[in-house]
Amino acid sequence: MDLDPEGIFRDDSDEDDDNVQEREANKEMVVYLVDASPKMFTPAFFQADEKQETHFHTIVNCITQSMKTQIIGRSYDEVAICFFNTKAKKNLQDLAGVYVYNVGDRDPLDRPTAKLIKDFSCIEDSFMDNIGSRYGITAGSRENTLYNALWVAQALLRKGSVKTISKRILIFTNEDNPFGAITGAVKTDMIRTTVQRAKDAQDLGLSIELLPLSRPDEEFNMSLFYVDLIGLDGDEITEYLPSAGEKLEDMTDQLRKRIMKKRRVKTLSFAITNDVCIEVNTYALVRPTTPGTITWLDSLSNIPLKTERSFICNDTGALLQDPQMRFQMYNDTVVKFSVRELSEVKRVSSHHLRLLGFKPLDCLKDYHNLRPSTFIYPSDEHIFGSTRVFVALHSSMLRLGRFALAFYGNPTRPQLVALVAQEELTSSSGQVESPGMHMIYLPYSDDIRYPEEVHLTSDDAPRATDEQIKKASNLLKRIDLKDFSVSHFANPGLQRHYGILEALALGEDEMPDIKDETLPDEKGLSRPGVVKAIDEFKASVYGENYDQEEAEAASAKASRGDAAKKRKAITDAASLKSAAYDWAELADNGKLKDMTVVELKSYLTAHDLPVSGKKEALISRILTHLGK
Amino acid sequence: MHGVLQEIKNICSILVHKKLVYNRSDEVGIVLFGTKETCNELAKELGGYKHVTVAHEIKVVDEGTSQALQNLPAGSVPGKVLDAIVVGLDMMIRKIGNTKGKRRLCLITSAQHSLRDPPEGTKEDQVDTIADQMKRHDIKMECIVFREPGVHHGAVMEENDRLLYQFRNRSVAKVVQVDSPTSLLGALKTRNVLPVTVFRGDLEVSSNFRIKVWVYKKTAEEKFPTLKKYSDKAPPSDKFASHEVKVDYEYKSIVEPDKVVPPDQRIKGYRYGPQVVPISSAEWEAVKFKPEKGVKLLGFTDRSSILRHHFMKDVCLFIPEPGNTKATLAVSAIARAMHQMNKVAIGRCVWRQGQGNVAFGVLTPNISSVNNVQDSFYFNVLPFAEDIREFQFRSFSSLPSSSQPTEEQQEAADNLVKMLDLAPPGREYTKSHAGYTVLFQRFYSYLDLKAKQPDANVPPLERCLKRITEPDPDVIDQQTPLIQNLGKAFELKENPKKKKGRTQDRLAYTAGDQSKSAAEPSVEKDGILAVLYPPTENIGEIRDLNPVQDFEAMLAKRSSSTWVQKAFEEMQKYTTALLENSREGDNYHKALECFAALRKACIIEQEPDEFNQFLTKTYERLKNGDVASFFQLLSSKNISLISKEEAPDSDATEEMARSFYLKQEAASQ
Repeated sequence: MDLDPEGIFRDDSDEDDDNVQEREANKEMVVYLVDASPKMFTPAFFQADEKQETHFHTIVNCITQSMKTQIIGRSYDEVAICFFNTKAKKNLQDLAGVYVYNVGDRDPLDRPTAKLIKDFSCIEDSFMDNIGSRYGITAGSRENTLYNALWVAQALLRKGSVKTISKRILIFTNEDNPFGAITGAVKTDMIRTTVQRAKDAQDLGLSIELLPLSRPDEEFNMSLFYVDLIGLDGDEITEYLPSAGEKLEDMTDQLRKRIMKKRRVKTLSFAITNDVCIEVNTYALVRPTTPGTITWLDSLSNIPLKTERSFICNDTGALLQDPQMRFQMYNDTVVKFSVRELSEVKRVSSHHLRLLGFKPLDCLKDYHNLRPSTFIYPSDEHIFGSTRVFVALHSSMLRLGRFALAFYGNPTRPQLVALVAQEELTSSSGQVESPGMHMIYLPYSDDIRYPEEVHLTSDDAPRATDEQIKKASNLLKRIDLKDFSVSHFANPGLQRHYGILEALALGEDEMPDIKDETLPDEKGLSRPGVVKAIDEFKASVYGENYDQEEAEAASAKASRGDAAKKRKAITDAASLKSAAYDWAELADNGKLKDMTVVELKSYLTAHDLPVSGKKEALISRILTHLGK
Repeated sequence: MHGVLQEIKNICSILVHKKLVYNRSDEVGIVLFGTKETCNELAKELGGYKHVTVAHEIKVVDEGTSQALQNLPAGSVPGKVLDAIVVGLDMMIRKIGNTKGKRRLCLITSAQHSLRDPPEGTKEDQVDTIADQMKRHDIKMECIVFREPGVHHGAVMEENDRLLYQFRNRSVAKVVQVDSPTSLLGALKTRNVLPVTVFRGDLEVSSNFRIKVWVYKKTAEEKFPTLKKYSDKAPPSDKFASHEVKVDYEYKSIVEPDKVVPPDQRIKGYRYGPQVVPISSAEWEAVKFKPEKGVKLLGFTDRSSILRHHFMKDVCLFIPEPGNTKATLAVSAIARAMHQMNKVAIGRCVWRQGQGNVAFGVLTPNISSVNNVQDSFYFNVLPFAEDIREFQFRSFSSLPSSSQPTEEQQEAADNLVKMLDLAPPGREYTKSHAGYTVLFQRFYSYLDLKAKQPDANVPPLERCLKRITEPDPDVIDQQTPLIQNLGKAFELKENPKKKKGRTQDRLAYTAGDQSKSAAEPSVEKDGILAVLYPPTENIGEIRDLNPVQDFEAMLAKRSSSTWVQKAFEEMQKYTTALLENSREGDNYHKALECFAALRKACIIEQEPDEFNQFLTKTYERLKNGDVASFFQLLSSKNISLISKEEAPDSDATEEMARSFYLKQEAASQ
């Protein structure tokens, strides 16, 4: 709990406050407060199809999906699910009408588990029997279930500090006027206490959000009560409803994506000139995502295994401690190095980053790339004034269209880098591109190859005519991807992996069908305009009979190319040769080891087996094939 | 050429060293031309071919090869390029006979001397004849033409260049022009990679239109050699010991730590929330993502929608199928259209059947500027939605004014960016990004050294290495005032609240003593050396800038008693010099401080005689000179002899100390 929410005891004289970056929460705790009153179970009609769905079903579905995404993306975040307006009660405070849903030996507010997701997804079947639904706030009873629910949620979120954890309460309901059933002083009193409770919670740093569900016959009316509860005013009210609707949609179909915490990779010193040296932090903004670490299990007991590494001397078989010497064969002699000597050889620069100069952006070619880039952002943590220098350089580089060439003295691979200034780009949903510089690792001349020069001929290479280029331009215009952005394409392999994992963990029978977004849009390509553009281009480059030639080439391929013919000839020769021996008998008498490698290989070739390896490997392969 | 002989030696040495490591059976020969002497087979047999010396016959690389490179003589006669090529070619043809293998000639020349006319025909004919020979024997040539920047290109050079380019046009040679020693290092390929296609097949624009392409790697990171772990367990008598270390992994159950689980009883598990889901490899194989082999085009888009920093990996090159004119035309037409319209293509590539995932990326046009090279596409892998991390950073415009540059500062930065230009019209510095070779060279020359002397230390950084890790001195020198301006415009201060970490030390160093470090080898290395070999003499000096501090630093050393003695001596020497060189009392203040410091130290160290003797001696010597007034100052500050009360070892009493100056004065009067 935050002991000092208003910042009363904060040191006002702390001037650095401006320099300290906003602290970001690195964990999230959410309590889903789900209204379970009978109103939620009345069928709500959807316009398009005739399918009837209750709001309760929609919400269960939404929360399940959201948890499925969360367990992969942010599995350390914690959730609790809490129903209100229930018949049964289950909560630590023993308040009526509130049921905290949980499974197994999990804490009520804890990381989601496969069992939780699985059981929760089919809660509807047993909900009425086990938990039950009723109207909570009725005339005549002094109960206030909404108040109770908020209290329970707040109590659940008591653990952890709001400084590092973002805490949220999400209320799902389709009742815009929870106190509609009562009147008079009781009503005003109840509204007052409930709003006060919500305000107390907000003062403690908990955020309360509402996901209202509108019934088809009437729009959810925020102003009846909930405006006061979440504390909205002015324009926010009109905007809240549509954005809440989007939020609900977002929760249901979110991309399964591992969310990384913002964490700096390294602090670097960046020497701009001999006497101006600033401090920058590096961040990894773009890195390939892997399916996650593999834990080895014992297949019988499913208990995790631990790996032990041991070093064994190849000559004597003795067990070694981690050897500190390395060696390299050089001119047939062994040259030994200590680890320290090796790292010293690689250390060539005293600086982390040393500016060499600037170049126009068009000097950075498309093939000047080796690895994902690294993002750099200035920091005043150790050297005051770094940010100022960086900001000045950044804007100069942007304005003049230059990138900086620098030497990055990284001990593992010292290399040249290009620093490209990135302007801040924002959209309605926030920052799209962060302001700073991208460090692009440049290849050394040894790393660049010239494959285009491999197949050189003395003649000039054919070049397209203007007519052909015009046809190509037409084609380009036809097959245009509008608003292309890399963020529209999910990794099909990874999504499939997550899908399989989820299916196995939740014991689902069917493997999920993941859509591969990276496949071309066949439907779009078969539009007449596109087909025409393609045909025209084909005709202008390939002449009239492209398809025919293609077909011929394909059939020629089918009837075996030259290489295939050659391979066939070799196999035939080998089988002829190998037929000269009685292999079974040779094997029985242990004579195989007396034969030459060429002879052994003839058997392997004839039987379409791999011919690689040493003689022993060949023999054992033959024996395996003979079934001995 | 003589100026860069060292670099040529270096680059050729790396080539030999690498062969000694990786390609033990490769053969290398060395031919020098422009030498005073003549020594080659052709000269002996046919005459002519003067001033071409075979320094090393073509044979399997060994110590001798690198030895031959060590003493390259500086020639005195203009070099004849064609003669040298013919001699080299002749050596190679004699050597190869019917053997198989890759053969190449590497020509390093400045090509600035006129060639003799051939006995018959023109020089062009001669080049053609040589090129034909090369083609017949499948020999490739690399020409590295080195010219200092600013060398006047005369008619001779033009002609030589034309002849060399004629080799290229006959597609037997590659010509690289370099203008700095650093780029010379990058110009010679020390490793010959046989280009292997990543993919051969169709670039599918739509289901009924395909272009035949071959895909190669355009860039690939050359890795530092990985050394094997060394085992010293083998007996020294064992000549055939491999000294290798086998790394063995054992999987043990957490419950029973003594039981090793055999490989077939292991199963892979992936985390799903707090639990681990086991998936057998057979199961996995059945359901995993299996894309079909093929390269498909999704469509075209504006170049601006692709961000440069999204490029993920090394780059591939799509070339049209060799010999397929129509494919070449199709690629050329699309590439040029893309170039004109500033568009790029988005593609999805599965290079091999059974590849675990698709490579999703962008095709950009590569318009060839050389006549006999086809147009092609570069392919860069783009990230997927999952690979982009949406971290938020504070907008620069919302930073407090203390972090915003003033107009003046902005101007200083603008000027720096403008003037520190590495690509002025006509000439581009560090054009070819130099060679990683430079960095490898350090390892290989150390390797070579170690092979001879097993306990050799790491050699210091070489000159050429500096050239790529630090700014080009030419550029810096031109812009010195500008750079100083930048330093003046911005104020950088250390944060006193932060603990000094390792980075901090480094930052402080680079910020402060920068100018010196250019002359010194790597700082970090100094650090290591300091730990390993404690310095003996390096701080034993009292400098003018801060004498008292230096003195105290020396005392604080205390590694041995000699330090204290030395500190006293140095301080006395310094103070005396200070007084003797003083004019009208300008040094008095400093000298006073020195006296005070020395006196204090002598009390702490319990060496009162040291100070007392020094004071007496100095006083005796100088009391009647120009600086007599200094002693009045000393007296007024109560800096006198150290008495018994202050240090028991002293011979002076308190009375003597008090009356020291008075008595002396009286005596002298």
